[in-house]
Amino acid sequence: MKKKKWYDYLWIAELLYLALGLTNILFAWLGMLFFSIPLLISLFGGGKAYCNRYCGRGQLIGILGGKLKLSRNAPPPKFLRSRWFRYGFLAFFMSMFFLMLFSTYQVFAGAPLQETVTLLWVFKLPWQWTQVDMVAPWFAQFAFGFFGVMLTSTVLELITMVLFRPKSWCVYCPMGTMTQGICKLKHGKEFKAYGRTSQDDCGASEASGQ
Amino acid sequence: MKQSPQFAQINRECVACGCCEAVCPKDAVHIILGITAQVDKEKCVGCRKCAKECPADVITMVQRRAVV
Repeated sequence: MKKKKWYDYLWIAELLYLALGLTNILFAWLGMLFFSIPLLISLFGGGKAYCNRYCGRGQLIGILGGKLKLSRNAPPPKFLRSRWFRYGFLAFFMSMFFLMLFSTYQVFAGAPLQETVTLLWVFKLPWQWTQVDMVAPWFAQFAFGFFGVMLTSTVLELITMVLFRPKSWCVYCPMGTMTQGICKLKHGKEFKAYGRTSQDDCGASEASGQ
Repeated sequence: MKQSPQFAQINRECVACGCCEAVCPKDAVHIILGITAQVDKEKCVGCRKCAKECPADVITMVQRRAVV
């Protein structure tokens, strides 16, 4: 059995983040770390180290679906694994993210603060139990919007974890798609020089007897 | 050392999530440049753990070429 390292416990940080966000919406800002760290790692040459080692969400669904056996453990449907779906979902997710940024700007420009968290881009959950008077309205608006993004992705990852394999979310996770895209842009030539192209099978190039 | 009759092969739809790397008992799978996983077929013992874990279902087991 592989020896556990400190980063194998980052699922606790993920749970802590959700708990803190539920307690006070302003903690949603901490989620920016989950957004920026993977991108910085892949931009500065770390590849997909975030997905491979440091992703608390991935670890959490791995535990829930694997150790606690809450997953059907069925292969995900083909469409979910297709490039079209992955990049399409990334585009959709980012569009929603920018809409959220726009509503933050509107509050900055004088529109009233909306104390709701939008789940799955449709359902507006009233969220009036936290005090947000101590910060500027736009700062709070971003927190409401961003926590909605984080909750939405959590719900989606839990649904796909139950229906398919534990880490099915990782297949279409927008952060994973983005970091892999960055790696392809950065290391595409190096990767081809490595002896394979994206058209080849990646496992082993030698004839396999089939 | 006698090699296993089959080894894991990863196709081009790999999302490089690292699930296979994490479960491989022989340290035979590695993520290359953040783009895809790659199997060291000399180390691979064909245990299928990676194939069962892969959320993208891109790992298949293939027979080694028979040595004449």
